[in-house]
Amino acid sequence: MEYEAVIGLEIHVELLTESKMFCDSTTRFGEEPNTQVCPVCLGMPGTLPVINKKAIEQTVKTGLALNCDIALFSQFHRKNYFYPDMPKNYQISQYDLPLASGGYVEVEMEEEGYTTTVGITRVHLEEDTGKLVHVGGAGRIAGAEYSLVDFNRAGVPLMEIVTEPDMRIPVEAKAFAQKLRAIIQSLGVSDVSMEKGSMRLDVNCSVRPKGVEEFGVKTEIKNLNSFRSLERGLAYEIKRQIEAVEAGEEIVQETRHWDETTGRTSTLRTKEYAHDYRYFPDPDLVPMELDPAWIEEITSTLPELPDERRRRFMEEYGLPSHDATLLTATKASADFYEEAVSLGANAKNVSNWMIVELASYLNAENLEIDECAVTPRHIAELVKMIDAGTISGKIAKDIFGEMFETGKLPSIIVEERGLIQISDESEIAAIVEAVIEENPKSVEDYRGGKQQALGFLVGQVMRLTKGRANPALVNKLLKEKLS
Amino acid sequence: MAISIKDVEHIAWLARLALTHEEKEKFAGQLSNILEHAGKISELNLKNVAPTSHAVPVSNVFRDDVSGPCLEQDEALANAPKREDGGFVVPKIVGEPAAM
Ligand SMILES: [Zn+2]
Repeated sequence: MEYEAVIGLEIHVELLTESKMFCDSTTRFGEEPNTQVCPVCLGMPGTLPVINKKAIEQTVKTGLALNCDIALFSQFHRKNYFYPDMPKNYQISQYDLPLASGGYVEVEMEEEGYTTTVGITRVHLEEDTGKLVHVGGAGRIAGAEYSLVDFNRAGVPLMEIVTEPDMRIPVEAKAFAQKLRAIIQSLGVSDVSMEKGSMRLDVNCSVRPKGVEEFGVKTEIKNLNSFRSLERGLAYEIKRQIEAVEAGEEIVQETRHWDETTGRTSTLRTKEYAHDYRYFPDPDLVPMELDPAWIEEITSTLPELPDERRRRFMEEYGLPSHDATLLTATKASADFYEEAVSLGANAKNVSNWMIVELASYLNAENLEIDECAVTPRHIAELVKMIDAGTISGKIAKDIFGEMFETGKLPSIIVEERGLIQISDESEIAAIVEAVIEENPKSVEDYRGGKQQALGFLVGQVMRLTKGRANPALVNKLLKEKLS
Repeated sequence: MAISIKDVEHIAWLARLALTHEEKEKFAGQLSNILEHAGKISELNLKNVAPTSHAVPVSNVFRDDVSGPCLEQDEALANAPKREDGGFVVPKIVGEPAAM
């Protein structure tokens, strides 16, 4: 039987505010434990939380960018649970009255050649929890003797985005998550870094026979710390569920933990995490009745979003859809591209060098575009040097590694290594003649109609000039002399 | 609405409370009484009354995103029964709670 998966995502995003969600403690990252705290975020009796307006604005902004309806009446609830990552034994969150709901995101599946729409169920705001360090038991929660709590992150504004179960294959989930990241980057409301934990993914997944309407029993996968984990974890879980169903086993609704090293998901001991949160409206926080004029104002300040930017790249720079999608996949890459083009380099050529050469170096080193030594100025200069005939494309490829490694400008590397292209016709002509003289067999072959022989002769000229000869000139001169 | 011993046990477990059998029986009765008392409200016709979470007609209490002074680590940990490396020490999380 053929099966299909049904996938939904829950994404948590830490907002970029100066102070916490309900108190004026700072949100700085990486400070000494329990130094970014105050009586409010330590849950001391008698303290009163007050809502950070900036966090509301950022959530509304995100809701609008995700095509949601913004709630004119919204409220915070207490989510009660006993777990030492919160000092109050509850987390302030939102329940039945989230700030935004009913949106959608369009996701281009560029390699697969279609566009899919993912519904956004809701966007709500809550407070982040503290950090636990487990002592004993090799630092894992199971087997630990005790744990240490650091409340520096407790109370940092945390936005939760929940999707409809609209995705069917792992790569759609990955593409959606990347698109969402790009949207939030363009809004500037979070640094959405999977590595730093300011963007976290939880996934719901079930399988059903193809053609069946009804959903299967779903499991939740946690600990997906990268887009790669998301795709791999889902692929594993879907396969596991299909095999279980085919073997006549029942799928148990549970939370499963993804292990990146073993490449498997396993049951989390769920007994300890009873999902009985007894939500109730937080009596400390009065409701929010947002002014439609304020929402209108936020709407008018929305920046250019990735979809619009992608369309503009196609129109303004004449890029194919494939290039435009890749370049606008992150805000940093789109900014990089536009800066390089603004320095006077050919738009399509900049795109090519970014999505082929630069992308493969970044991939190999596992770096983001704004973390490497290559800047828009490097790419612009490189492209301009090729277009001006100063260096060949081949030389440009040769020096790319050094440029990536050292951050030296291409003009400097070319000069240091003496790689400037030979475009002097008489200089090349002399070498061409020498090559013709030394290779009578190939010359004969070519004259006899064997086109490949020309390639060999070109290669010989390039070898003698260490790749510096202008290839177009070499071709032209060889053909002239041989005809 | 009567609260059973089983309900009391569940609530006690959620709140990490260890109760004796006598306490469970006592609380089952007390909790039932409280619910019964609150249940009187359902005798009223409330069809046209919106759910009210706050008795005072106030909304939109916001603060600007400005940070202020934080506590020193020593102050933050002053009430902690135990501390280590600047953190609050809490007992084993996974496994049977010691108090039960
Ligand atoms: Zn605080």
